[in-house]
Amino acid sequence: MSVWTIFLIGGLLTFAMRFSFIYAFGRFRVPPALHRALRFVPPAVLSAIVFPAVLMPDDRLAFGLGNHRLLAAAVAVLVALRTRKTLPTIVAGMAALLLLQAAF
Amino acid sequence: MLWAGVRAEAPILVGVFPFGLIYGALARNAGLAPLPAQMMSSIVFAGSSQFVAAKLIAEAAPGAVIVLTIVVVNLRHLLYSASVAEYVRDLPLRWKVALSYLLTDEAYAATIVHYELDGVKPESHWFFLGAGLALWLTWQVSSALGIFAGAAIPPSWRLDFALPLTFIAMVVPTLLDFPVVAAAATAGVAALLAYGLPYKLGLIAAALVGIAVGMILETRQ
Repeated sequence: MSVWTIFLIGGLLTFAMRFSFIYAFGRFRVPPALHRALRFVPPAVLSAIVFPAVLMPDDRLAFGLGNHRLLAAAVAVLVALRTRKTLPTIVAGMAALLLLQAAF
Repeated sequence: MLWAGVRAEAPILVGVFPFGLIYGALARNAGLAPLPAQMMSSIVFAGSSQFVAAKLIAEAAPGAVIVLTIVVVNLRHLLYSASVAEYVRDLPLRWKVALSYLLTDEAYAATIVHYELDGVKPESHWFFLGAGLALWLTWQVSSALGIFAGAAIPPSWRLDFALPLTFIAMVVPTLLDFPVVAAAATAGVAALLAYGLPYKLGLIAAALVGIAVGMILETRQ
């Protein structure tokens, strides 16, 4: 599948989800199970990306202090907990990674 | 009314702009050519799914897996659609199509507040259109700038790390009760265990496990 096909199908399906209830107002409702599932989608999907990106930097598990990404991610989590803001979190995490990289 | 929508959207745009820059740069780092990278911003037009898709493309995941992942990441739009449906039900079809295309997280956030405070008036859809178009234009321009600048960023800057950092910033504020924390933790651990699954299916499998765990725990409470 070419990237164009992927974007076209992914885009059409995304549009279909945005259009669904607007188009069919009153004809059907969000199934209760789906409604309940939706609030777990962002934390589940995002964590499923974050954990390997942080804990498996070279395609294998690295829990030690030698894993700079793990330490930098810990800094980012602390900043996110304190500020609840996106940009400070990204800036702090990137700065921590680059500093660790330069120092060790 | 169009301008009222643009004005209501303006504070959100300040936060969206850097995201577009990061998306554009990451898409280029993932090996996407400038035109497809920009086209993803206009065809899919949903930030977090674009980040994930760019990552999967970089890892040479099969197209079907990428499409499936885009759909799951974008499922929440069903909820937005259901939420605004009653307010736009009397509009002509072309308006419904246009507003649906523009129904992003950020346009929804500004528009639903407007509808809930002011109710439906004859010009309300212009507010929706203004908020949606302001976001659309910001996303296209910031993506383009990121795509343009992305090729010039050296690998030693570790730009790929901006993706997990962005997602940490998005996920931490949602961790407010036990089922959500458990869903996030299980999905994360499952993603480590499922890392070697073929066709890069680990991400989607881990996410589904996390969602199931969250729902089960919520039912028990």
